[in-house]
Amino acid sequence: MPASSRDRSTTAAGLKVLGVAIRREPWVFTVSAVGSVLFGALTVADAWVLGWSTDHVVLPAFETGEVGAGALWAVFGLFVGVAILRAVGIVARRLGAGIMQYRMEAHYRRAVTRQYLSLPMSWHHRHPTGVLLSNANSDVQAAWGPVAPLPMAVGTIAMMVVAVAQMLLTDVVLAVVGLLVFPAVIAVNLWFQRVTSPLMTRVQELRGEVSEIAHESFEGALVVKTLGREAEETERFARRTADLRDVAIEAGRRRALFDPLLNALPSIGVLLVLVVGVVRVLDGDTDAGAVVTVAYLLTVVAFPIRSIGWLLGELPRSVVGFDRVHAVLEERAGMEYGVSPAPRTDAGGALLEVENVRYGYDAAAPVLQDVSFRVEPGRTVALVGPTASGKSTLTALLSRLVDPAAGHVRVDGTDLRDLAPGALAEVLAVVPQTAFLFDDTVRGNVALGADVTDDEVWAALRVAQADGFVARLPQGLDSQLGERGTTLSGGQRQRLALARALVRRPRLLVLDDATSAVDPEVEARILAALREGADGATVVVVAYRKATISLADEVVHLDQGRIVDRGPHAALLERSPAYARLVNAYEALPEEVQA
Amino acid sequence: MSAVTSPTRRATTSVGTGDDIGAVDTIRRGVRHSPELVDGMVGTLLLAVLSTVGQVVVPVAVQQTLDRGIGAPGGPDVGFTVLMAVAAGVAVLVTGVASYLMTARLFVAAETGLATLRVKAFRHVHDLPMGTQDTERRGALVSRVTSDIDQVSQFIVFGGVLFIVSIGQILVATVVMAVYDWRLTLVVWVCFAPLFASLRYFQRKLSQAYGIVRNQVGVMLSAIAEPVVGAAVVRSYAVEARTQARIDTSIDRYRSAATKAQGFTAVSFSLGGISAGLANAGVIVVGVWLGLAGDVTAGEILAFAFLVTLFVGPVQMGTQILTDAQNAIAGWRRVVALLDTPAELVDPGEDGAELPDRAVDVELDDVWFAYGGGEPVLRGITLRIEAGRRVAVVGETGSGKSTIAKLLTRLADPTDGAVRLDGVDLREVRGGSLRRRVVLVPQEGFLFDDTVLANLRYGDLDADEERVLAAAAEIGVDDWLLGLPEGVRTRVGQRGESLSAGERQLVALLRAHLADPDLLVLDEATSAVDPALEMRISRALEALMDGRTSITIAHRLTTAENADEVVVVDAGRVVQHGPHAALVAQPDGVYARLHRSWVAQQAVATER
Repeated sequence: MPASSRDRSTTAAGLKVLGVAIRREPWVFTVSAVGSVLFGALTVADAWVLGWSTDHVVLPAFETGEVGAGALWAVFGLFVGVAILRAVGIVARRLGAGIMQYRMEAHYRRAVTRQYLSLPMSWHHRHPTGVLLSNANSDVQAAWGPVAPLPMAVGTIAMMVVAVAQMLLTDVVLAVVGLLVFPAVIAVNLWFQRVTSPLMTRVQELRGEVSEIAHESFEGALVVKTLGREAEETERFARRTADLRDVAIEAGRRRALFDPLLNALPSIGVLLVLVVGVVRVLDGDTDAGAVVTVAYLLTVVAFPIRSIGWLLGELPRSVVGFDRVHAVLEERAGMEYGVSPAPRTDAGGALLEVENVRYGYDAAAPVLQDVSFRVEPGRTVALVGPTASGKSTLTALLSRLVDPAAGHVRVDGTDLRDLAPGALAEVLAVVPQTAFLFDDTVRGNVALGADVTDDEVWAALRVAQADGFVARLPQGLDSQLGERGTTLSGGQRQRLALARALVRRPRLLVLDDATSAVDPEVEARILAALREGADGATVVVVAYRKATISLADEVVHLDQGRIVDRGPHAALLERSPAYARLVNAYEALPEEVQA
Repeated sequence: MSAVTSPTRRATTSVGTGDDIGAVDTIRRGVRHSPELVDGMVGTLLLAVLSTVGQVVVPVAVQQTLDRGIGAPGGPDVGFTVLMAVAAGVAVLVTGVASYLMTARLFVAAETGLATLRVKAFRHVHDLPMGTQDTERRGALVSRVTSDIDQVSQFIVFGGVLFIVSIGQILVATVVMAVYDWRLTLVVWVCFAPLFASLRYFQRKLSQAYGIVRNQVGVMLSAIAEPVVGAAVVRSYAVEARTQARIDTSIDRYRSAATKAQGFTAVSFSLGGISAGLANAGVIVVGVWLGLAGDVTAGEILAFAFLVTLFVGPVQMGTQILTDAQNAIAGWRRVVALLDTPAELVDPGEDGAELPDRAVDVELDDVWFAYGGGEPVLRGITLRIEAGRRVAVVGETGSGKSTIAKLLTRLADPTDGAVRLDGVDLREVRGGSLRRRVVLVPQEGFLFDDTVLANLRYGDLDADEERVLAAAAEIGVDDWLLGLPEGVRTRVGQRGESLSAGERQLVALLRAHLADPDLLVLDEATSAVDPALEMRISRALEALMDGRTSITIAHRLTTAENADEVVVVDAGRVVQHGPHAALVAQPDGVYARLHRSWVAQQAVATER
């Protein structure tokens, strides 16, 4: 049957995943497995101690009417000793399993995030954020889930081998009768997995949907609240919650059948052994002691066999998680770097040359084509063009987030591809349209590990007009900004991103519409300060607003991925109607409408 | 003035963590929030008792079969053995059926009760004031209605009742033991006393350890997201190593916190085994000593040793459940704490006033506002706006102008003072009426992952396609709407990201138009959009403001120029109020200064 062969191959793949964990953490695994075996052995030993005490202490004491203190101490010592050793076994097993599981998670999270940091932007563009986040989190967790029950299962198997051997040595017929429990347990397990796994998958899906609705609804809380749609949103959430409830209840009913069945099987096995045993004793084939031994061993083993079921149950989820994580780890695409150091690190602007650059996510429809321009050191150039004209792509090429399909981008005469890792960042700083902040302090976010003093940080904040609100934060530079700076407004985030670029005193500054979320007056102050304080840096600025464009010595007018014109703003206004329409539209609109 | 306007009251509360709610209290209040949990509880408990008795009876029957059937003096007693085996078989069957029914009922009760709790918590999040919602990461609010409740469900089905059953078993075993010999029973209890005594300590330690784990998970998840969400910044600043170091630290902190918590679990679990060993030893030693005095026989000691195992099993089970319960109780506690967080904006409901269906006049009367007990953002704003006027509120970033929009739409209530529409305090207006008559168009037009039509219906639930198109024509965006790939059925993607920022604004404006409010509050968008689209947006805005009172939080001075009145806010106060021309004429005013710097920018732009 294809289904069962798939089950088998999943199990095989799952065992391979476990093999990876064992090879990676052999010592921790050994300790926890030994702990587990110790626990199993001592569980059996407990019964042996009781037997020994009965034979050597209790019965003699009653026969002779007296007992030595030594014998009592021996009983006490044996029981407590076994108990303590067993406790050690439990701690070793559980702690070892935990250490192993958490270590494996940590190894893989580190490896995955390293990949995220080294894979090129083009790779990031192809993979949705949500998928990458779950790869590093829930997939890693799923992959190493079965590591937790692994030592217990190993201990159980060891115990089973010993117990089964002992049963067979004691009485083959009774052993075989008793061992019927094992296939029954396995059959029940398989049945359970078959009838519940589609339901469990559905439960997982519905959980995802419920969580998605909650996420979206809370994110859109402003819309929901201001339009008074709380009741309708709650209804939408309640519908999916009801679906989840119904499927969970159905899965629960099946689960409710499974546990008692699993609990009843060993008891039924023992009863069978007793009935068959009494017949055999009567026939003289065995003695009462053998029946007791087999029955006892069966109770000891049959219960923990469930842990193997738990382990097998976790495997399919683990294989899926592991495969998804490995797809990321096996990605080899990387950015090639040269060995050239940063061309010059002294002050003063850099020379920027863009030569015959072509770029496209799709070769048939290039985003940029034949783009060539040159920015002399210390000059400021504005990139102006309608939406989707290729401005942001061009800034990505300048900061080497992507490489051109053809042509060259050079800074001070060196092709960006020849620069050593990190060399470009010593020269260039870019401020993107959407500011990204780290879950760190203000200082950490501005300095980003650069060797700068607090005074320099404050100076950069001042130019970016961010010193005021930072000073008002409870801990100033040490204030934690929280996840992605959600405590700040869009404009405040942008200004911090700007300060981050300025504090590094870049020789080439790229601003991608980086003041869009700032009030005009604040923007004017930023631009003025930039003009005075940019240390003669070369500046490339993507701009919509006239005020921003006015910062530039020259304008490069882009349309549909090509440069249509370039020159000083005033000259372009005069000679190019398309340009005039473009830059005037934004500012002049309301008057026009009124007229 | 009603009591709610006491100026000392904090304007925004953060969502509670529930750390101060005890475990028993959590369960009690949790159950009160989902009464279905205790539906049919009597029946479930009876079934639990039945399966408990079964779980004691089966091993006793097996023991009896061994002792008096097979091991009977003078050879095996077949009749007795088969009788006992059948009796035990029946007990096994009854136990199985009872525990099946019990678990199934528990699943129904738990899932039904928790679904109710989920929906209640979800609704409560929406009822929280905007400021309170903002104090939490959105993800954290989501987990309160998802994973936190999932944990509770696991606990109720596999923990709650099993715990009661375990205690039942412990009591049954104690009674049976006491019938055999009360002195040995005492010995057993004395041996377990230290374990029971240490439980509280371990519970506290565990709860702390898991608290740390939860915090570290949050920090780690946020760090792991950085190389993905901030991929471009990390690369362009070449801070890969620094980012990785931060990630590694957070991963390690989480790992060691989780390992430490696991250590506590392991140790607390192993204590049960040691107690069991002590009890066994104690029973034999004391038993022999009593036996020598002639009170106990050897057989009784051995039978008693067997009974001890019946006592130990449920104790171990109970300890395990208590340990696992930490997570569940913590989750439950967070949900209860969420429900405890006051939804401060109380809707007067049926008693509330209805706003009239016409343009309203607006009055702010000495309004003060502070976020979360901090410095006041608004310091006594008094303002009167006639019905039908078009007003622009201007001021620097941080002047408090956006807060005014929040108060006008009752996303927050003033710390002191009152906001009145047509002379009625907003707090006395029925919630439904307020939301119909007053609409805010926020800066970022958030859209839901659905069709354009579905998104527009947030404005008017009854609107069909025809109505939507008619409305679109009224504000001049119908051709744009029809020009979308699939018209109004075009899907907008997550957060509306398949549309451009400008298109999202158009949808937001049309949505507001469909809602047909009498007071329109606009938080002007600042992000740049395509000039052609900008033109459409402006036209749509014009049409939208027509015949309504409108208050725009303006970020561009052209908007102010075109308004009937301009309100200038500075440091939480209204410093100027009047038509544009009049304000420009006051050269020392804040407005004139703002205007001058704006004109200067325009001039520079045109010169160059």
